[in-house]
Order: sequence, then structure tokens, then C-alpha cells
Amino acid sequence: MTTGAVATPAPRYRSRSRLQHLTVQSAPLLLALIILAGMVALYVGLFFRQLSRFPGMFEWTSVVNTSMPLVFTAVGQSVVVLTRGLDLSVGGMMDLTNGFAAVHMHAGAGSMLGWSLVVLLIGAAGGAINGVLVAYARLQPILVTLASLSIYQGLAIKVLPEPGGSIPLGYTNILANPNGPTGLVFVGVIIAFWFIFRRTRFGVGVFAIGNDEEAARAHGTPVRMVKIGAYMVSGVFAACGGLFFAATTTAGDATSGDVFILTSIAAVVLGGISFFGGRGSAIGTVAGAFILTLLTNVLFFANIDPLYQSFFQGLFLVVAVLLGTLIRRVVRLR
Amino acid sequence: MESELSTPIPAIEGVDVSRSFGGVRALHEASFSADFGEVHALVGENGAGKSTMIKILSGVLRPDAGTIRIRGEDVDFRNPHDARALGVGTVFQELTLMPWMTVAENLFLRHEPRGRTRLIRRRELVDRAHDHFEHLGIQGIDPRELPAALTLAQRQVIEVARALLRDPEILFLDEPTSALAEQEAEWLFGLVRSLRARGTAVIFTSHRWSEVANLADRITIFRNGERVDTRDSLTEGEAVTLMTGRTIDRMYPERPALPVGAETVLDVRDLQGEHVNGVSFALRKGEILGIGGLAGQGQRDLFMTLFGARKSSGGEIRVDGRARRIRKPSDAIKLGLGIALVPEDRKTEGLMLPMSVRDNLTLAVLGRVAVYGVLNPGAEHEHVRRAVERLQIRTTRPTVQEVGTLSGGNQQKVLLGRWLLAQSDVLLFYDITRGVDVGTKHDIYELMMELVREGKSLLFYSSETEEVARLCHRVLVMREGRVAAELKGENTDAEAIVAAAVREFAA
Repeated sequence: MTTGAVATPAPRYRSRSRLQHLTVQSAPLLLALIILAGMVALYVGLFFRQLSRFPGMFEWTSVVNTSMPLVFTAVGQSVVVLTRGLDLSVGGMMDLTNGFAAVHMHAGAGSMLGWSLVVLLIGAAGGAINGVLVAYARLQPILVTLASLSIYQGLAIKVLPEPGGSIPLGYTNILANPNGPTGLVFVGVIIAFWFIFRRTRFGVGVFAIGNDEEAARAHGTPVRMVKIGAYMVSGVFAACGGLFFAATTTAGDATSGDVFILTSIAAVVLGGISFFGGRGSAIGTVAGAFILTLLTNVLFFANIDPLYQSFFQGLFLVVAVLLGTLIRRVVRLR
Repeated sequence: MESELSTPIPAIEGVDVSRSFGGVRALHEASFSADFGEVHALVGENGAGKSTMIKILSGVLRPDAGTIRIRGEDVDFRNPHDARALGVGTVFQELTLMPWMTVAENLFLRHEPRGRTRLIRRRELVDRAHDHFEHLGIQGIDPRELPAALTLAQRQVIEVARALLRDPEILFLDEPTSALAEQEAEWLFGLVRSLRARGTAVIFTSHRWSEVANLADRITIFRNGERVDTRDSLTEGEAVTLMTGRTIDRMYPERPALPVGAETVLDVRDLQGEHVNGVSFALRKGEILGIGGLAGQGQRDLFMTLFGARKSSGGEIRVDGRARRIRKPSDAIKLGLGIALVPEDRKTEGLMLPMSVRDNLTLAVLGRVAVYGVLNPGAEHEHVRRAVERLQIRTTRPTVQEVGTLSGGNQQKVLLGRWLLAQSDVLLFYDITRGVDVGTKHDIYELMMELVREGKSLLFYSSETEEVARLCHRVLVMREGRVAAELKGENTDAEAIVAAAVREFAA
């Protein structure tokens, strides 16, 4: 059956292949991957200049293991940023979960698995509190999570007043194996998570809210539930980050997570996710997290005084973000 | 109502519906009903309550009082979902597409095809979007494209397609054609007629009388939140009287004759820029020069370039006989140019919606109301009072009322008022009557005539060709960024402009 339209709108579009669409629509993601490739090359080059050999298994393993806590936390952060929110509490959540694991976890599969689950639940609960305050109390995400950041930090100090505790060796070998970059398996898991997430109603809801919250509501997206869900994802991923961090350092420190507040946001931005929400991919965030870890190494091998490290990190971030903006502008003009 | 037996049960009814927004009464005991198989036009001025009624009948707003019935049964919509489930489809006045999600994702938002794993089947999403477009006779929209990359008209077409996705039996179209060019509007009308033939109740609003006259089986008039009347047919004059509550004897005012030998105030020679490919014209003192042509032939770009909001890449602009460079809007303002540019979506350019009427009005004249950079409240107040009075802007307290809370027509007036205060000699009016009701339109026409009588010069573009034909002394018809034809004097009518717009360039 036909509805018998008499005339059709003027054909104005340039026909594009699936690949072309993907390229144009994922330009910021591609940029992140290109920067990552450049950063790897730079790292290898500087390493070679200093030590007259290429980085080996040990070096790559170390890069992967130091990146993993940030990868997890930043991917969680991405989901919140996509809803046009921000989660500052990830740092406090990492403090809390990493301290908690160091205090309670013992050798033995049961203890490791059980306490890991408890930690993830803590992450989910903490995220849910943020989500409820943002969705129902309609408070600004930055205020809510600034407050909960302090609360989680306080709880972390209570759990582990001074650095210490221990993480069973077996646990370290699984999450942060020092003998090989097996941590990449978890990167694979995260990428798989992302592709599934993109194909769920929840995932579509996250993007819809970031695009236009009012319109999303008008089309039946359960805005509040989706927001709570987004903060829960962030909480759980920050808890994962805390576990990985504990596994890497084999002990707990209730202030160690704080640096991840800003680096997780930086990784999201480097990954090409728009701060206005609704646009971007967590794959880019993964790349962003690795870029930031490599940057530290690059600065080290470039003989830059550690005191000036944050100066150069900031400079790099600005340049990268400018590049991203430029790319968007070019793509839009096409 | 006259005979109980022959009257069919209405498809949808709102009975004695009232709704207020923070003390402002949008609807007062208004009733409306539409039958299956009819096209019902809802007309009235901006702020008459049409959109509020449509939102209530589609479950977006809840009424303060009153009853909604579908097929004669009382219903209570808690959200748009409830209404959709009962077969109500709506295309809202505000566009609701997600700019950064693909067209296909937008079409099927919350109704995505899912597999056994409950995961969305992305390939099928695109295929079904494609089929749906084909079914509706929509061409030229790639389901994988982002709305951000599409024209406003295409986005509007997608909104319509989305509302039809679930075969609604009751379809609301709130100003569906305001963003459409003629061709797309024709497509929509064809669609509406075929829906009527299938028994769908179609309710639409429009400020273009020709559409109402051609399409509607019945017409309901709203004024000040109340229903005035429902008729099978009425003339434009009657409708205007019913809508405004006053008689406007002539829609288009007499244009003052151009003084003989009037000097040229704005001389543009071979202007080049983005989508502007060598435009030349001379605008004389006291003249209204019309810019016509099909939509998207560089008219908007011409206005933006003249005003310095876009870079020009060549050509010359002479103001009062002297060659000038206009690199940015503030250059244009200093030279006595003013622009009133109503953006395509009426929201993003020109006005700062969260700021007060006063602040919006005096933005371009801050230099004149400030002493050493500090605002002089007395002078500012005086300026604002004069503008509000002259333009009859309906505002309670201009110093505090946010522009965003004014009705569309009044917002447009604020935009005009800014340049009146700036005492610009040359005014660039781009589509200032878009989406404005008849009463306000009439006010704007009168104002234009008054301005040229004072010796100002106007460059005027409108998406309604009739307006260009009836208001302007001369009309330049644009095609592909060039002036394709110049029409003067009495032979200028809408048909002549359209004919010139579609004619191939004479070699």
C-alpha cells in the first residue's frame, strides 16, 4: 500500500557508503586513535634514543598495568559525560574500594571473588546515590559528585587510616600480571561491554539524554532511571579501577584515587567525547587513558624535570582538544 | 450536536480544557473536537492556545481542568506514551530530533527492532528506516546521516515520518510547514489527503491561509485561550477578524512612493562570499528592496555577508557613496546598518532568551545609553519605553521579563526594536514574519512603511513570496548566489517572482 505522495523533497544529499558515514561520524574517535599511535611511536623512539633498544615485554606490561585503573574509571566517567553529567566522585570511590580490598581480601579464590563482588556492589551503591540526587533532586551533577567525593574520601580514611593492608599475590597476577600484558584481555572485555551497551535501550537512552533531555522525555525515555543507571555504571567502573589499582600496587592507600578525578576527565576529553553529551565513544576513552599513561613515560624519557610534568601534560591536553575541535569543524563543513 | 443520530463519535475531544503557566492563562475552558476522516485546521494568533491544546491532547501537558475523550471515552494521559498507545501521533512545533544520533536511530527511538537477546539490531534499524521513507515517498534522506548534517526542512520531514511510524489514527501537525519549502509542503499535503482518505483524523495549525483554505474540511478558531468558532469554510477576511477580534481592512498597506531621484545609500558591487557569487545592487533612500527566489539560493548568506557576520571574499560595499570594509557586525552597526534576522529555528540567533526585554533591546545601543562604560539607567529606560510603545510589544515589565517567555511574535518585535533604537539607516530584514500571526504581521508591515517614510532603507527577504511582491518597490530574484532577475513596479506579483526564480539563466 502506498500513501501516494505527490511530490518528494528535493534530493540534496550526497550518497555515502557505510564506511564514509562511520569515518565522518567518528572523526573524534579516529583522531584519538591517531594520537595514540603517534604517542606509541614517540615513546618507542625516545626509549630507543635513551637505551639503544626497543621497549620489551616488561615495558609494555608495565604500560598496560599502570593504564588499567584509569581505563576503567575513565570509561565509567564517559557514560556519565554522555548524559551531559560529570562524576567527580570517582576519585573517592577508588580510594574507598582500593582501601577496602587491601583491608579485607585474603588469599583464596573465595575471598578474592567474594570481596571483589562486595567492592563492585559498593561502587554500584555509591553511583546510585549520585544518580538519585541528580535525577530526582535535580541537583547539578558537579555539586552532587563534589559532595559525594568528600564523603567517599572520608569513608576511605575510616576504612584504611594509613597506607597499608595487602593484596594477595594471586589477585595481582590475575588483574595486573607483572609477567605479561594480559591486562589487554580486560581492554577487550571493556570494548565488548561498549558494543553491547550501544545496542541496549539503556545505551540509546544515555545518548538521547545527552542530545536533548526534553525531547528524550517526550519520546518516552525513562530519563531518571537512565541517569541513575549511568552513575551506577560509573561507580562500578571506578570500583573496578580501585581494584586494579590495589592489584598493581599490592597494597591500599586511601588517598591514591584522587589523581584519577582529573585524569579520568582528561581521558574522556582526549577520547573525543563531547562535554555537551550525546556524542562520542568509550573506545576513544580507552585510547585516551593509554595516551595519558604513555605521555608520562614520554616526558620521562624526554628528560623533562618531573616538576614540570603537569605543565607539559596540560599543554598537551590543550593542543589535543584544539585538534579535536578543529576536526569537528572540518567534518561539519563537508 | 444539532442531531444526535447523524453526528459520528468524534475521534478526539478536549472538553472545557483549562491550563495556566505560572499565572498566565493559556487555555480557558476551551473545547475542540475532530472526526475520523477529516482534516481539521486549528487557527489563531501566536499565544491563542493552539499549541497548548495540541500538547494536552497528545499527553505532553496535563490540563488543569477539563476532559479528554478518544472515541467518546474519557482518557487520562500521564505522558506522551499513553497518548501514542491510543493511536495519537504528533509533530510538535519545536523540532525534537536528536542532532547526534542517526536518522534511523531517531525514527525508532524507544521502538527499536530488537532480537531475541533484546539487543537492538542496528542493520535492521537502517533497513526499516529506508523502507519507511520509501513507503512515504521521501527521497534524499540517508537513514545513516546525522540530523545535524541535514537541512531544517529535511529534519521537519523526518519528524513527520516519525509520527507516522506507528500508523496513528489521530495525527496532530503543529505548524508543520513553517520550515518547509513549497515542494516539501506539497509532499506533506499529498500525504495528509491520503491519510484522510484512509480515515485518519488530521489536525494541523498553520499561519499560511492558503494552506488552511486548500486543505481543511473544518476550521476551528482560537483567540486568547478560548475557542471562538468552528466552521466548514470561511474567507481569509472573516478568519482574520475572528482571530484578532478586530477588522483589518487591508492586509498589505500602501507602500509610499519612492521619491524621485533618491540617492543611493547602500551600493553593493560584485559581492562575493560563501554561497554569494557576485551580487550587485543599489539600495536607495526610502526604498524597500525585496530579495526573492527559491529557498536556499544564497539569500541568507547575502544578508549575513552584508552584515559582516560572514566573511566576504570579494566585491565592494559603498555606504553613502564611500567604499567601506565590513569585517564584523560591529563595523556594520557603526555604518548605520541594522539587521533583523529570524533564524530558521527561531531560537538560536539574535535574541538572548534568558535576558530581559530591556537588555535585549539596548544591546546594540549600549554606547548611547552609557557614560564612560557605565549604563545610564534613565536614558536606557527612556529608550526601552519608546521601543515597547512604538512596536506594541506585549510585555508586563520590560526590565525584568525574560524574552524567552514572550510569544513568538513579540520576540520578533524585540528583535526589530533593537535596530529601531540603534537608529540604523539601512535595515536588513530577513524573514521577520516567519511563524508570526496575522495581527503581528500586519503591525510589522505598517512599521516597515513607517520606516521608509522616515527615509530609512530596507532590504527585505521573506519565505512568503507574496509578501515580497506586495511590500517591495523592487525585487531581486536570486538563484545560486546570483541575481537572476530584477522585477520592478506594477508587474511584480508572486507569480512573476516564482517564474523568474525557476527560469533558467538567460545566456
